[in-house]
Amino acid sequence: MVRFQKVTKIYPRAAGGAAALRDVTFGVKKGEFAFLTGPSGAGKSTILKLLYMDERPTSGEVRVSGFSSREVKRREIPELRRKLGIIFQDFRLLEDRTAEANVAFALEVIGTPKAAIPNKVQRALAQVGLASKTRAYPRELSGGEQQRVAFARALVNDPFVLVADEPTGNLDERATRGIFQLLREINAAGTAVLMATHDLDLVRSSDYRCIELNHGEIVFDSAETPAISLDID
Amino acid sequence: MLSFQTAMTAFRRSPLLSALSVTTIAFSLFAFGLFGLVALNIRNALEHVAERVEVRAFVADSTPIEQVTAASDEIAKYPEVLNVEIVTREQALQRARKELGEFSDVFDGQFLPSSLDVKLKPGFRDPKTVRAVVERVRGFGFIDDVRFGEEWITQLYRLRNIAGVAGVALGLAFAAVAVIIIGATIRMAVLARAREISIMRLVGATDGFIRRPFLIEGSIKGVLGGVLALVLTYLAMRLLDQYLHFQTAFFDRRMAMLGILFGALMGLLGSAVSVGRHLRRV
Repeated sequence: MVRFQKVTKIYPRAAGGAAALRDVTFGVKKGEFAFLTGPSGAGKSTILKLLYMDERPTSGEVRVSGFSSREVKRREIPELRRKLGIIFQDFRLLEDRTAEANVAFALEVIGTPKAAIPNKVQRALAQVGLASKTRAYPRELSGGEQQRVAFARALVNDPFVLVADEPTGNLDERATRGIFQLLREINAAGTAVLMATHDLDLVRSSDYRCIELNHGEIVFDSAETPAISLDID
Repeated sequence: MLSFQTAMTAFRRSPLLSALSVTTIAFSLFAFGLFGLVALNIRNALEHVAERVEVRAFVADSTPIEQVTAASDEIAKYPEVLNVEIVTREQALQRARKELGEFSDVFDGQFLPSSLDVKLKPGFRDPKTVRAVVERVRGFGFIDDVRFGEEWITQLYRLRNIAGVAGVALGLAFAAVAVIIIGATIRMAVLARAREISIMRLVGATDGFIRRPFLIEGSIKGVLGGVLALVLTYLAMRLLDQYLHFQTAFFDRRMAMLGILFGALMGLLGSAVSVGRHLRRV
């Protein structure tokens, strides 16, 4: 479903031409939950960008649901992204729109019939526990609630995989637990989750797969060596 | 329809930025419009002067009037000729007296020769064509001499050519400045919505879908800027007329529509370039 095969990524303007990723190979199966961990600059965000094809590999191949980084054309990328749900640390909501308008936005821009939008939006907001705050603007919501709106927006198109880049990075512990619980529920409903995080407590608190990166290389993958316990700072 | 609504929403959400864009477009088109007005009036003035281009063929004293009339009819058939007038000796004297005003009594005899005064059609008043007509008129045996103010016509056409070249060069420069300013203005509108654009891309909007509202917005701004520029140009002309008593000509309806269309086109192009650049970069 998601497959990275000997992927190397060198950013053209990187100092000294250092590779952000080097020879990375891994896969995420249907319905799987996997953490991407590692220090800042290890290559976590680069992996996610390659997955939603915001970047292309310098060498190797990324395959996502039938789309190959080697063959995909620029105009085909929107089609791929409609099958993904993407979440960021900074929520990326439109401040001048209500929660429901933010979620509806994801449907409007891909040409969903107008009549079908309200139901889908209400269902997505109910799924993330915000059924009572549909008319609130982002500034009227807490950080955790804003991230839930972002989740509703990511889920409204029924993605097969949810890609989350440090989704709890801006949240306090309580909100973090809430968001993580939401991610578990989403995963339990059948959506695969690939989540980049610094939060090792979160990683340790579950038995989900963990892929650890350092200096652009995979240094640990619990799917291959499940017996080794995590002991990283 | 959604693109149009989005474009309208953009106007509503950032009225100040939209007003600033329209005003900037209006002023850059206003500069272009003022230049156009000056060019139009210079052209009109030169055409007015060129109407005075005339070939005067003096007829030998003893020529029978029938022969002069026949020649006049023949010359009138030349494709370059607007009309031919036979001026008799009496008429020539009267005309000279009229032109001299208070010194009209210095003449007391009919010493001026009769002539054929040939006026040329617009578009045939350049030195080369005038000379060709002169040569043909000279061909009639009874014509003593032909005068056509050769030096004056040559100077007039040199002036016209200089004005034409300067007009095109300045016009292009003004148009280029207008395009650059409009492009920068639209770029501000694009940057103001960079976050929205990045979210649109993340949720799978196509480049065409993202681009369309900006193109509509740019065109509308261009049209509004064009109309405002036209009003400003008209007011400037009225002020000139009122205080400096210039008899200025204004653009006709077709030219005014072309000006507004030019504004729309500039808005559209400015948007296309700005959004295209932004989409390629993000």
